[in-house]
Parts: sequence; C-alpha cells; structure tokens
Amino acid sequence: MANSVEIRGLSRAFDGNTVLHALDLDIREGEFVALLGHSGCGKSTLLRILAGLDDEIGGEVTVPARRSAAFQSPRLLPWLKVWRNVVLGLPGRPDRDLALKALDEVGIAERATVWPKTLSGGQAQRVSLARALVREPELLLLDEPFGALDALTRGKVQALVAELWRLHGCAILLVTHDVEEALLLADRVLVMDEGRIAHELTVDLPRPRDLTAPEFVTLRARLLNWLGVTRTLEGTPS
Amino acid sequence: MTTKPLNAAVLPVQSAPADTVQPTARVTIRGRAKTSRRFTVPRSVRRAAGPVGLVLLWFLTSATGVLPESVLASPVDVLRQAVDLTKNGELPSAIAASGRRAAIGFLIGATVALTLSLVAGLFRLGEDVIDSSMGMFRAIPWVGLIPLFIVWFGIEETPKIALVALGVTYPLYFNIYGGIRSTDAQLVEAARMMGLGRFGLIKYVILPSALPGALVGLRYALSTAWLALVFAEQVNADAGLGYLMSNAQQYFRTDVIVLCLVVYALLGLACDFAVRILSRRLLTWRANFEGEA
Repeated sequence: MANSVEIRGLSRAFDGNTVLHALDLDIREGEFVALLGHSGCGKSTLLRILAGLDDEIGGEVTVPARRSAAFQSPRLLPWLKVWRNVVLGLPGRPDRDLALKALDEVGIAERATVWPKTLSGGQAQRVSLARALVREPELLLLDEPFGALDALTRGKVQALVAELWRLHGCAILLVTHDVEEALLLADRVLVMDEGRIAHELTVDLPRPRDLTAPEFVTLRARLLNWLGVTRTLEGTPS
Repeated sequence: MTTKPLNAAVLPVQSAPADTVQPTARVTIRGRAKTSRRFTVPRSVRRAAGPVGLVLLWFLTSATGVLPESVLASPVDVLRQAVDLTKNGELPSAIAASGRRAAIGFLIGATVALTLSLVAGLFRLGEDVIDSSMGMFRAIPWVGLIPLFIVWFGIEETPKIALVALGVTYPLYFNIYGGIRSTDAQLVEAARMMGLGRFGLIKYVILPSALPGALVGLRYALSTAWLALVFAEQVNADAGLGYLMSNAQQYFRTDVIVLCLVVYALLGLACDFAVRILSRRLLTWRANFEGEA
C-alpha cells in the first residue's frame, strides 16, 4: 500500500536545543500508528509539524493535503454552538445537516444546538472528533485526545475512535503516553526517545483486543521496558 | 492491570503508644435548616433601605431648617423644579443638547478607538507604532486639555465634543486591544488547522474573544463620556445641563444644581443598564456570566 506520510531527515531545534534528530518515518494509507514516549521526547513537536502548525524545520515531510487533528483539550470555540464548531472552516455556508451527521456518528447529535461550555469533558472530546472527521481526512492526528478524560469515559472514547477508524479508513497518528491505549488501538507502536524513533513494534493481535490476553501482556511488558519503566513488585523484573 | 496484593507486613501497623491515649475530640454538628417559614425581610428591601433612609434624612433636615436652602435645597424643591422645568421645556431641551454632545463625542471616540485597537491588535507593525503612543497619551490627564482645546477649537460645540471623544477613546482602546491580544493561542491553532484563513480567524476567533473586554471598555467609556461632558459644559455653554447649572449657580439656586446632578446620574445609570443588558445578550455563551438576576 502507498504511503500516506513520508518523513525524511526531519530535524527541529528550539534555540539551538535539538528536539528532533534527522528523523525518518513512513505511515501507510489507512495505518493506525501510535507514538509513545516520555514528555519532552519530541512526539508533540512531530505531530505539530505534520499538522502544518510548525514549519521551522530541516529535512522533508510529505503529508496528505486533507488532514485534521484533535487535541488533548477539545479547543472548541465557546461562542459558537456545537454544530457550528463542527463545520467551522469548511467552505461555503455552514451546513447544518453535515454537522448533524458527523455529530450523530460520535453519538451526540442531540447536543448540536447547545453552547460548548455546557458539555462534559467526554462530550466535548466527541465533538472535537466529529469536527476532525467531518473534513474526511486522509490523515488524522490525535494529540493525547484521551489524556484529560476519566478512566470510564476514556474507554468509551477509545472504542469510538477504533470504530471511526474502521469506518473512515484514514491513517491515524496517535500521540500518547499510555502503553495500553497504544496497544489497544494501533497497528504499529513507535517509541520515541530524545528526538529519535528508538523502537518499533508491530501489533498483529486480532481486534477488538483483550487487555488480559497473554500476548498483549507480553507486548506491554516489552514496551514498558523500552520506555524504561520497570514495574517491580516483590522484586520480579517485568 | 495486575496489581499484586501487598504483603501485610509491608504496611506499618498503626498503633499509638499506650501512655498518650487521649479521648478522640469530637464535634457535634447541629442542624440549622429552617424548618418553619420565619418572616425575613427580602434582600431587595434591605438594599433599598440605605438610599431611601438618606433621602428621608435629607428631607427631614431640610423641613426642620437644620439644612438651610442656601446650602442644599430640600428634595421637595428639587422635585418641584423638575416638574416646572419639564413643563416649560427647559429641562428636556437641556437634556437633548447634552445628550447630543455625548452621543456625537462617543461615536467619534468609539470609531477612533475601534480603528486604532484593531490595527494595533492585529498587526505587529500597528502595535509598535500605536500602542506605545497610546500609552504616552494616556499619561496626560485629559481634563487638563480643556484650555488647549479652547485655544484650538474655540468655545462652541467642538471642544466639548472633542473632550468627550477623548475620554471615550482610552478605555475602549485599551480594553479592545487587550481583548484581541488575550485570544487563546490554542484556539487560533485549532481554527487554523480547521482551515480558517486570516479573515476567518479574525471573524470567528479573534473578535469574539475580544468581545467581553470590549464590553467592559464600553461601560467605562460611557461613564467617562458623561464625566467629560460635565467638565466640558462648565465652559461657556449656551445650552445643555451644564448651562442650566452655571445659570443656577449665579442665582444660588441649589435646587436646580441638585436637579442637574441627579439628571446626570440618571443618564449615566441608564447607559450602564443598557450595556449590561447588551452584555447579557451577547455573552450568553459564557456559562459563568453574572449568574442570574
């Protein structure tokens, strides 16, 4: 399958402080890639570059023209009703039917005409997903979109993302620091460290994935080990 | 998650030394919920009691002669003047003349402030040129410009309108400029990501987020407009509330002076009220806005 994203020799420095070191990465069309790493490892910087929000870079990046993003905070405009937020920036007059369709897909069409302030965190994040998907992106960038949600809501929204990915078939790059989340959702998990892709793991487990399956536990242990997290209870190294 | 049970021995057993055992301090929380409907004075009545009491005191001291009319006319006289001057048309025409000055001055000042704040808020170059100059001009007490305005514009309507315009410009400029500059960078980023161009960003992100600040500026600007008018109308007015006042001053008519002050205050209150209604309608999206009632 053809590549959706091609990154060649990408580097980025802030005031002489190099954050990305000559990074190479391909993402295939329709592939779900999770990017793991400690804070400050450069994963959010990479995502911002792919989003086109940062072009002070060295090297070359090829991305689809149709791409969109959802962020850790939903970033809805508080002065626009929910449905107007969904179709913000689309050419032509605000298309209410299109917005309702997108909101229906994420399961909150009934909240279309309220102000964003009245939404719960999970609802706002769903609207943010609807806003990203209504653009029919070929590449969807997700910057820790579940990070601010409580555990119960997070599970539901993760399942929703898996379902939406199956329906839309777009390539997804998910930046996260949650190992289980990466393994639940992604085809491939990359571990970033000090501006380089330090490790790569192909997850060929059947979907939907089972957190308690032995293969899953093995992969999780391997990722945690790469991240330098050793869970030692009673002295057993993981 | 496979959290293994911790060994009981790992946890330190919490036991206080036997010799320092004290009875545990306890408090009783008594119910204070009102079970019977006791009579309470409504909050609005309590709030009104102060001002009403002061007017009553004013009335009583005037009626008993403790407060002589040459110092302050009694509220009854003020009211009578209000009726008389309204009947012979002097008060309405004075209000119309003053209102016209305030309105024209406000419109000019608001236009200038809006233009300057947009240019300074939206463009780096505009900020460099305009904002420092505005900071410098603000340091000049604008009331002190009256003599200069008379030299420049004469003693007719122009200096009065100019003073109002000047008083209006500063609070509006600084609040709108501040509002534009406090736009959430994350929202701008998200909106750009969603495909908004420069014009769309200004229309959907920057101006709406400057609106709360602009409305605060509007409230300041309107009260400043009336204040500027009071100052300006002390100078050679041949119509308006200030004219009425300076005339009354020559004849020691404290009732007319007090009446004019009351009218100024009421006009200011009316403007403030109008802006608050406007804010409530424009800022419904702010869930925290002023609460209810």
